[in-house]
Amino acid sequence: MRATYPFTAVIGQDEMRLALLIAAVDPSIGGVLVFGDRGTGKSTTVRGLADLLPPMRVVTDCRYHCDPGANGSGCEECQQRGKTGPLPCETAPVPVVDLPLGATEDRIIGALNLERALTTGEKAFETGLLARAHRGFLYIDEVNLLEDHLVDLLLDVAASGENVVEREGLSVRHPARFVLIGSGNPEEGELRPQLLDRFGLSVEVRTPSDIATRIEIVKRRDAFEQDAAKFAAEWQPESEKVRNQIKSARAHLSSVNIPQEALEQTAALCVGLGTDGLRGELTMMRAARAFAALEGSSEVKISHLRKIAPSALRHRLRRSPLDEGGSTARIERSVEEVFGA
Amino acid sequence: MHDETHNVIELRCADAALAAAIFAAGPSTIGGVVARTEAGPVQECWLESLKSLLPAGGPVRRLPTHITDDRLLGGLDLAATLSVGRPVADRGLLAEANGGILVIPGSDRLSAAIAGRIVSVLDLNEVTLERDGLTRRLPASFGIVALDEGRLDEDRAPSSLRDRLALHIDLQGLRLTEFLADLFVREDIERASHEHPAVSLSHDVIAALCEAAAMLGVASLNAPILAVRVARIAAALDRRAIVSADDAATATRLVLAPRATRLPDAADETPPEQEPKLPNPDDVEKPAEPEGKALRDMLVAAARAALPPQLLALLKSKKSGRSRASSAGKSGARQKSPRRGRPVGVSRSESRDGQRLNIVETLRAAAPWQSVRRRERSLAEVPAKRRLVHVKPDDFRFRRLKYRAETTTIFIVDASGSTAVQRLAEAKGAVELLLADCYSRRDTVALIAFSGRGTETLLPPTRALARAKRNLADLPGGGGTPLASGIAAAGLLGEAVRRKGQTPGIVLLTDGRANISQDGTPGRARAEEEAVSAAHKLRASRTAAILIDTSTKPQFHAARIAEAMGATYIPLPHADARTLSDAIKAQMDRRAP
Repeated sequence: MRATYPFTAVIGQDEMRLALLIAAVDPSIGGVLVFGDRGTGKSTTVRGLADLLPPMRVVTDCRYHCDPGANGSGCEECQQRGKTGPLPCETAPVPVVDLPLGATEDRIIGALNLERALTTGEKAFETGLLARAHRGFLYIDEVNLLEDHLVDLLLDVAASGENVVEREGLSVRHPARFVLIGSGNPEEGELRPQLLDRFGLSVEVRTPSDIATRIEIVKRRDAFEQDAAKFAAEWQPESEKVRNQIKSARAHLSSVNIPQEALEQTAALCVGLGTDGLRGELTMMRAARAFAALEGSSEVKISHLRKIAPSALRHRLRRSPLDEGGSTARIERSVEEVFGA
Repeated sequence: MHDETHNVIELRCADAALAAAIFAAGPSTIGGVVARTEAGPVQECWLESLKSLLPAGGPVRRLPTHITDDRLLGGLDLAATLSVGRPVADRGLLAEANGGILVIPGSDRLSAAIAGRIVSVLDLNEVTLERDGLTRRLPASFGIVALDEGRLDEDRAPSSLRDRLALHIDLQGLRLTEFLADLFVREDIERASHEHPAVSLSHDVIAALCEAAAMLGVASLNAPILAVRVARIAAALDRRAIVSADDAATATRLVLAPRATRLPDAADETPPEQEPKLPNPDDVEKPAEPEGKALRDMLVAAARAALPPQLLALLKSKKSGRSRASSAGKSGARQKSPRRGRPVGVSRSESRDGQRLNIVETLRAAAPWQSVRRRERSLAEVPAKRRLVHVKPDDFRFRRLKYRAETTTIFIVDASGSTAVQRLAEAKGAVELLLADCYSRRDTVALIAFSGRGTETLLPPTRALARAKRNLADLPGGGGTPLASGIAAAGLLGEAVRRKGQTPGIVLLTDGRANISQDGTPGRARAEEEAVSAAHKLRASRTAAILIDTSTKPQFHAARIAEAMGATYIPLPHADARTLSDAIKAQMDRRAP
């Protein structure tokens, strides 16, 4: 197993780290898009997230690793098995699946199992990456280089939570609920606007310009390369802390109170910015609630909304294609107006 | 270039040899080398000497820039699959290069899409194959030698790839005779390749490398990270157990200096906000302590000495330093090059001219029927001739590719004094409208401006239209009109675009009143003659062009240039946004096959 750089050892990039933790606490957030400079540790951070996720309970022998507790939302097989008695279960790590560039559609959505078809003439369904990512994360590095029709397909499945395969005489549907994480560098082409606003949170990353931070990043990277095991061990306590933070945030997510005032202010902010539809408001409330849960707060506060607004809204502003990345500044101005300086 | 002193050339030769040695001692550690070069004996000689340093028996693979995914990443081996009757995987080039090196000739023509695939394999040291019904993880740790053979400064390997390859060297203008001295033998390299991971390195060196990078305006953090690795290898090559100042200087010269986007100013002390004064929770020593600072200054001096004179001049001319490193925004456009087309699925229809069989989908279609067909056939056939896989014409599936002509619109803007200020503003406005148009067509754009200060490519082909707009807005006006050099520059860029398999289109905004000839001397008559002849040349390249006359009262000047260029002539006073946009569209359509 390749050693991964610990998530907790990543310096700076607070917005990206917070967005990923929020998605870990509330997967219904609708995915995270990370766009920005090269060499800022985008993919390192995403891959490091896998180690922090508390393991999940799954149905034994289910190839979609269904949740034994979820009545009726499991795959067809689990629903059948569930009728005859309680399902056997075990714990498994939360999947963080890489979708490499150059992957073909059949491997993404699943297809006829070629081996069994050729050797035994059997018509069997071979699951794809979407099945593997169920209840976990699906990560696409350089998402802006992925063929548009594949991104479309992924976002459709991510939105519906179900993968429907109708090909080669197969007719299969299975649950596929995952958090889509995309990262990329805008210089290599922007993501189409209609895809952009379907991501829940959108994060901008920049190379830190502060020299001390830069030096510390290079030092840690060097220490990791010299002895990955030792480095990981040093960060183990910190990772444990964050893992517990995610666990407890999940546990009391549903009990976090959203005051009427917060709802009204969010609506005012979205109206002021002219974001289309309700998706922005919805995402912002969910993200703020998850953030409050992470902080151990029992109520969504203005400070939570403030911090979350740019990630939740920056990609939903109507803007001309020639606009500079001025969305963040616009949001900050509106935030000042609505929430006071 | 040829007025370089003998010393400089000697130094560059030594650096080229050193780079080869460092690469050979840790190909996958440092990612690789980008060599700016021309195809020819110098390149071959350098490459041969590099190969001679590599451990014997390691794979050396060449990657053609037009490689397809199945050869790059791997896929289904059809011949084997058919002969054994079950899926057999075929390793791609990247997996084949494991433990060796990958040479990419003409890396300046590499598409962003392919570069993206290579880069993710570099990051993980393995190929994640999810293709043709196969799931494999194949080890792939290798070093890359990217040979940038482009003629223009803008012709470079995609920036994502350049960012991951530590060493950037320039072989151009080097002479073979000075090149032959071998600094190292294979035994040295072998020893260094074992010892470099254990070389120790003080935190001062890391700090100094980071500071030098910052002073040179190198934004990506991959640069100092790679420089640290290179310094370790340089020390190991010199049989040192600790990285010395010289090793750090070597790393600065080979890794940081070529990435410089601004000139380090020796007199310029570290600006106060960069002084680390906050007590960082994690034991950060103050990097600015006297010893560390001396080292940093030494590294910056080393970098300065290593900057190629052309780059130096360029960096000097723009004080703030527009990021050159980020200039490869061109790449996005090429991900769907017309030669490859965008696969939009498979069709069952009969093969029409040139359609390619999608083998995997065909096999999938045939697969469910195998047992039935086998039974049918075995009754009719002699056992010896029995086929393992039975495929019928009915099973054939064809790739459907969506071809889309990639267009790069090159804007040449006359920013001279004769184009009065408000006319320039109007011209800029017109270009902005056109840019919005390009966006909706997903075209690539490039921007060239000419004025009294000379001709400048403000933006190499890119899709980052916001950048185009910004550069345009920053464009100052004034001075003479070197129209001929502007047209010539557009022609050159057009040629580069064509080499990448895209179609160039040119939009020239000028009043046509040339008054500076190509050698920089003023004089209206000669300048105009030259402009007309440059325009003639452009016409010969059959590039579609539009000339927008920006003069207040259109006269024959611009019309004459337009005619020589074979361009559509549109006087700006009569052109509103719609007219311009329609004119451009008409041009594009005319060019479409």
